[in-house]
Amino acid sequence: MPELITERRLNIVLALILLIGPLIAYFADEPFLVTLATRATILALAGVGLNIALGLGGLVSFGHAAFFGLGGYAVGIVATHHQNYEPLMTSPFVVNGTNQMLVLWLVAMLVSGVAALVIGLLSLRTSGVYFIMITLAFAQMIYYFAISWPAYGGEDGLSIYVRNSFPGINTLRPLDFFLLCYAVLMVVLIAQWRMTGARFGTALQAVRQNEGRVAALGLSPYGIKLAAFVISGMVTGLAGALYADLNRFVSPSMLSWHQSGEIMVFIILGGVARLFGPVVGACLFVLFEHVFGSFTSHWQFFLGAALLAVVLFARGGFIGLLAGRARHD
Amino acid sequence: MTDPVLSLSGLDKSFGALKVTDNVDLDLSPGEIHALIGPNGAGKSSLIKLVAGELKADAGSIRFGGREIGDLGQAARARLGLTRTFQVSSLVPEFSARGNVALAAQARRRSVFGFVRSVAKDKDLTGEAMEALERVGLADRAGVRVSELSHGEKRLLEIAMALAMRPRIFLMDEPMAGLGQEGSNRLIGFLDKLRNEAPILLIEHDMEAVFRLADRISVLVAGSIIARGNADDIRNHPEVRAAYLGEDEA
Repeated sequence: MPELITERRLNIVLALILLIGPLIAYFADEPFLVTLATRATILALAGVGLNIALGLGGLVSFGHAAFFGLGGYAVGIVATHHQNYEPLMTSPFVVNGTNQMLVLWLVAMLVSGVAALVIGLLSLRTSGVYFIMITLAFAQMIYYFAISWPAYGGEDGLSIYVRNSFPGINTLRPLDFFLLCYAVLMVVLIAQWRMTGARFGTALQAVRQNEGRVAALGLSPYGIKLAAFVISGMVTGLAGALYADLNRFVSPSMLSWHQSGEIMVFIILGGVARLFGPVVGACLFVLFEHVFGSFTSHWQFFLGAALLAVVLFARGGFIGLLAGRARHD
Repeated sequence: MTDPVLSLSGLDKSFGALKVTDNVDLDLSPGEIHALIGPNGAGKSSLIKLVAGELKADAGSIRFGGREIGDLGQAARARLGLTRTFQVSSLVPEFSARGNVALAAQARRRSVFGFVRSVAKDKDLTGEAMEALERVGLADRAGVRVSELSHGEKRLLEIAMALAMRPRIFLMDEPMAGLGQEGSNRLIGFLDKLRNEAPILLIEHDMEAVFRLADRISVLVAGSIIARGNADDIRNHPEVRAAYLGEDEA
């Protein structure tokens, strides 16, 4: 099939659009659009995380909101302790909160990584519909736990009064924060691109396509899938951390199954297993929400129609439509 | 005689009331091709699966290199050097031919956690992959996606992947299936030499191939071995003629 343009060129163009668009909005004095782009960037990162499990590994997790929310709560909890001058723990030694994003990100990734390890250890023993349901069940457990735990806001969520800090930039300015999120997204995408072509990515994609063959070669599909699931959860957790700082608020809705579904929608819209699939998908999602949402509260009808069109007519998503079938070696 | 590399004794496997493997003894010595023949449904593929670890035996022992391996999983057995080719080609469809063999070379190194260096530019892996592809005559198809290879080419790619594993024994489940006369002849010539690298437990329907290649032949009917011997013994064995050769066009 002739390709309109190569996927790599398309990716570069998309990366530039996502960078230049908000810059124009900034100079046109439209800070709201900058914030909108930041939201799209962070949601894209959440999708990038899921895409590692779902796209590369074929692990259809319907519970990635768990990692998104845990990343968010990790930031919310540590930052509020810092703001209230309450240590996180006092014995056996004192651990204080912090407002440093670099530390908060590490905490968020650690928490979501451990959660992904535990959830993955159990749910990766199943596959297909059972895997979807078990990941959903785990996410719902964490969701209800968050709702019923009053110490950190329960159902009302948890506010972060001042956005956390990053060395050298003023995160309170929308453009600075956008550029920071954009940089994180790009670093993760580059890492994913390298990983996909390297030994781990190769083994993971082989497991998706023919698990029995990989086992017959003497590699453990379970171990490979578990590692992918943990990496995937950590990336989505990092997105959750940024999302908490974007909204300066975390709530159980970040952990809800709607959120899991949304993250999955980004990938399907943009293109499953395509590097920039979730980026395009999240941008389209935010665009739909903004454009159609401005004149009807039923904007999701249009999103549904778009999703239907993609599933029926463009299985490779938006990226597949423009760049053709994925290429592997 | 040298010690066998692989020896099965008293192996049993049932699916409900169906006994697919019934008290099977079998061994494989260095440098030999031991063929396993039998009518459809005799349990040949099940026996290969028991040896490869895809199925677990109900009873009996599997010794490999002097060690009991009955409790090990498929991946662990593969790591010990039991390499299997599949009756129906089992490949990674979106990878190129070279990509599939490079995966086998990577698996032999038990290397999974590489996150940065590109496999396509890894001279160790691709070099080994090309070497194996050349040996089976697929070098000029190295860059072609598996889903676009012909049936015969996929069969050869199976062999190339097995070569890249550098196994201690080969378990080959109908490698000639669907190859055609010319392809079969070439593969027979290839396997004939391959036995010196590692012995082969061969399931094959192509009787001509079996009689030309096998040092020993075991005949499996309804899960149990009814005869064993060299090509001449089997050709003239009355029970075998009745159970198998008589009702098969071969």
